[in-house]
Amino acid sequence: MFFFLSPVLLWLVVLIVLPQIDLLIMSFRLENNEGQMVWSLTNYLNFFEEPIYWLTFVRTAIYSILVTFLTFVIALPVAFYITKVVAPKFQGFLLVLLLLPFWVSELVRVYGWMILLRESGVINHFLTQVGILGQPVEMLYKDSTMILGLVYTSMLFMVVPIVSVLESLDNSLVEAAYDLGANMWIILFKIIIPHATPGIVSGSIVVFMLTLGNYLTPNLMGGKNSLWFTEQIYNQFIASFNWNQGSAFGFLLLVLSSIIVWLGLKLTRQNLKKIVQ
Amino acid sequence: MIRTLPTSKTYNRVFKTYVVLYFTFLFAPLLVTCILAFNDSQFPSLPWQGFTVEWFTADLPERVGIFNDRINLDSIWVSFRVAFFVTLLSMAVGTCAAFLFEQEDFRFKQLLYFLMLAPLVIPGVILGISILLLSNTLGTYFETSWHTDVELFRPGFWLVVLGQFSFIATLVTLVVSARLRKFDRTLEEAALNLGANRFEVIWHITLKFLRPAIIGAGAVAFLMSFENFNTTLFLVGHEATLPINLYLQVRDGSTPVINAISFLLIVGTSLVALANLYFSRKET
Repeated sequence: MFFFLSPVLLWLVVLIVLPQIDLLIMSFRLENNEGQMVWSLTNYLNFFEEPIYWLTFVRTAIYSILVTFLTFVIALPVAFYITKVVAPKFQGFLLVLLLLPFWVSELVRVYGWMILLRESGVINHFLTQVGILGQPVEMLYKDSTMILGLVYTSMLFMVVPIVSVLESLDNSLVEAAYDLGANMWIILFKIIIPHATPGIVSGSIVVFMLTLGNYLTPNLMGGKNSLWFTEQIYNQFIASFNWNQGSAFGFLLLVLSSIIVWLGLKLTRQNLKKIVQ
Repeated sequence: MIRTLPTSKTYNRVFKTYVVLYFTFLFAPLLVTCILAFNDSQFPSLPWQGFTVEWFTADLPERVGIFNDRINLDSIWVSFRVAFFVTLLSMAVGTCAAFLFEQEDFRFKQLLYFLMLAPLVIPGVILGISILLLSNTLGTYFETSWHTDVELFRPGFWLVVLGQFSFIATLVTLVVSARLRKFDRTLEEAALNLGANRFEVIWHITLKFLRPAIIGAGAVAFLMSFENFNTTLFLVGHEATLPINLYLQVRDGSTPVINAISFLLIVGTSLVALANLYFSRKET
């Protein structure tokens, strides 16, 4: 028992609990004019007084919710097609094909999009060749491309849980509804989505979390206009070397993600333990 | 609707087109990256200037292929070492955690289980900065109290390993727990009755049963570590891992060397992924 307990305790206390406590303490500390560290709320007040900070925060939250919703809308038909529509002999092959791109580093995938979308990129090359565009246009560094990138990077974490819940959906339920005269939309909203809810919730939580905490994709695909909250944290830590301010931002992000995950679980009456199993 | 029900032609056609479009969306960036690794041009863009493998092999003043590119090769080696230690650590601790949560009962088990899941809900960036903060606090403490400078507490190799381990271990725990739940405990009882002690039972029987799950989780842990960016960003010292190194290059303008590295990564990870899939299929 202690043989198992000690490494686990060491891991959770030293690498999870203590760092978060330190983060919280740091966020309430401030160096005063005499160069001493004192307790203060200034780091949090700065956040509310400086519009760029809280606007970035709100923007990141709203865009993360939007990305989660878009990912769900795109993933559901694909998951449904693979589990219920396509001939069973292709099913395994399509599943492998679905998973394969996500084993590749996020950086490589984002880089691929950059090559496709930038002004000298592949898509511009084709569009000018065909004559649809007279001049190449810059497609990168826009909010829409950033969202595209975020949806792309997190797609897997939505498709896989939905595929696994849909596999357990009994076909005869859909057949019965059909025989009783239900149309496609009724079947979708009364049978498929209610059955898939656990998968949708766990997928949404993971996608939301990953999007909120993403630094790479907004930074490379959104450019200077991306205004993602993780970039504010990075700037405070690495560029301004203001670790206390950065800790306050970090803690706010942690609170935001916990609240939204908790709300998501409450609204759909799920719990975290059930979802990971 | 579903296979067994009659559907209209348009419905089928629209659905099929959608899925084809989806897979195009999925693979287009990767394919383009791979193809442009072989373009005989100074920039990773079209027009096509002819086929070349120089971005892999060349050692010319204006063109250094990946096999001769010291900085990138070094960072690949760093990533390999980091991933090796992260995998080893998280396999060991993750398996312990699986035994702890599946087979033992103790006070505060629920609380500990919740803590084990916490890394799933903490963004990677936050894990990175909080571990950086703690190590800095500890480092300053050791320096002022004992006047010793502990290398471990500075951003660098071991801090990256610990940072990545902190959330990858959760993943290993979940995978191994899922397998352990299917284990028939009467086998353990039988062995105990025949005179084995607890550790012999675990070593000869339970771990044998868990082996495929542990190896599968290890493969995933290795890949996750190899490509981790968000947590590593804050903990990295002067030894940059491959994703960090690539990020700096992509941000400041790119050459087809990055395509060449990406090509190798895509081929490499696909092979690991397919092998992992093949073996996990064989088990079931």
